[in-house]
Amino acid sequence: MPISEDEVRRIARLARLGLEPAEFSALTAELNGILERVERLRAIDVEGVEPLAHVGGLHTVWREDVPRPGLAREAALAGAPDAHEGYFRVPRVVAHEEEEEA
Amino acid sequence: MNLHELTAHEVRNRVARREVSAEEVARAFLERRDAVEERLQAFITPLDAEAVLSQARAVDEALARGESAGLLCGVPVAVKDNICTAGLRTTCASRLLADWVPPYDATVVRRLRRAGAVIVGKTNMDEFAMGSSTENSAFFPTRNPWDPRRVPGGSSGGSAAAVAAGAAALALGSDTGGSIRQPAALCGVVGLKPTYGRVSRYGLVAFASSLDQIGPLARDVTDAALALAVIAGRDPLDATSAPEPPGDYLAALERGVRGLRIGAPREMFEAEGVDPAVRDLTVAALETLAELGAAVEECRLPTATAGLDAYYIVAPAEASSNLARYDGVRYGLRVPGADIVEMFERTRGRGFGPEVRRRIMLGTFALSAGYYDAYYRRAQQVRARIRREFEEAFERFDLLASPTSPTVAFPLGERTADPLAMYASDICTVTANLAGIPAISLPCGFEGGLPAGLQLMAPPFQEERLLAAAAAYERATGWHRRRPPLGLIASAGEGGA
Repeated sequence: MPISEDEVRRIARLARLGLEPAEFSALTAELNGILERVERLRAIDVEGVEPLAHVGGLHTVWREDVPRPGLAREAALAGAPDAHEGYFRVPRVVAHEEEEEA
Repeated sequence: MNLHELTAHEVRNRVARREVSAEEVARAFLERRDAVEERLQAFITPLDAEAVLSQARAVDEALARGESAGLLCGVPVAVKDNICTAGLRTTCASRLLADWVPPYDATVVRRLRRAGAVIVGKTNMDEFAMGSSTENSAFFPTRNPWDPRRVPGGSSGGSAAAVAAGAAALALGSDTGGSIRQPAALCGVVGLKPTYGRVSRYGLVAFASSLDQIGPLARDVTDAALALAVIAGRDPLDATSAPEPPGDYLAALERGVRGLRIGAPREMFEAEGVDPAVRDLTVAALETLAELGAAVEECRLPTATAGLDAYYIVAPAEASSNLARYDGVRYGLRVPGADIVEMFERTRGRGFGPEVRRRIMLGTFALSAGYYDAYYRRAQQVRARIRREFEEAFERFDLLASPTSPTVAFPLGERTADPLAMYASDICTVTANLAGIPAISLPCGFEGGLPAGLQLMAPPFQEERLLAAAAAYERATGWHRRRPPLGLIASAGEGGA
């Protein structure tokens, strides 16, 4: 089941990976090579086998509801590419209607 | 003997008895580290001399005050660069985190410091621990101390090379599919991946959270036991850390291997790509274990080699989710764009290297609508089968044994163009991660002057049994005492040592 270059573009958008147009053809070939190899999984009988997501065997882990110190705001912001008055700053997410029209 | 040739437990005992100061030890290892580093490039961030010596002096002062000696007092330790160190940059060998300085220590780092360890630097690795040669580092490759034209293995290649060359007495690595054991095998040192949950992952930068585990790379089995004794145990900051109390790992070293039943899964000896010379060395190691009193027998793990296929779905799927956090907002690189989505895409497109991009793509694909059942769900079903096969094997055997890596160290550049050739390195190691069991790699001989590794695997939380057998094998063979031929470096750096 080979995946097409268009499909690879769609996955890159889902993953928010900005790739150069020239990169897609090689990447498509590489991904198909890997997928061809893992096709071998189909030969294994897994009828009725419950999928295993985690080996720990742990369920919800509780702790006492006691306040404890967390990461200070300054420390949390110290690695931010752009911080402003105690917040992470990002480019505008929602445009104003007037600006859109302008 | 130079101080840098001592094992971690020898350093610890001498410093604890005040026969030598932690500062003298630190100076010897610094000198060695700087002498070999130009050739090996094992460190992304070697700590400067003063930062190392001040830790050592603090250890000496604590001992002078009469404080009890920690299990690693005065031991120079290297830490893989995906383990957070407060105030010391932690890059994951990625452009994306090239300048990131963590605001806290990983739990294992806190435990190292509390035990009196002296951190000498942050080691090179494949970017975000994705790779088997350390060539996926965004900065530079590390070289194998046994032959600088060859890779040290990966992804904990810097940690393995540093310990093999004597630049550190001990190191921490992380193992998601073999990333401690395979470089340990290729560099001729001991590498231990503990049971999933045995060691806290708090402060380990996540790659595949259901598989990742921190463990030691060491010069001998005693040092691996010592390190595990320091880092093992439940941690309230990691909800997946196990409540089982740690074992007495140092006492286990004396137990021997007599009476243990060891199974040799045929599939791992006959797997695609296993070099006949490596297979012969592993078979010879099994004969040694039998001479020491173990009952060795061939066994079957029919789905074992499909573990590699399951792994290359499960691990990328988890990685695609874990690495979604690198978006240019809270930490690391930001590449501006016209809007926020373009900023995300540019940051991630330029910040991640080719292998990380490949795995994010593969994982996103495997989890996406229409493909989930065919890939991700099926891989998890195969994972369940593999775990069941291990459980059945451990009803008959106390331990399982195999080659660690199918080959000895390969030349730099040989596999970088072919992802599948690189992945093949993990064929015998990934199953332990999928099943969550502990496994250790031990030096078991040489092929063409390059070390090979024997892998031993045990049921969950049976690290003591693993260490007992490993220590008995090591005492009987002495392969771990061989040191790489870095003579030219030694004479240049150490003045007639």
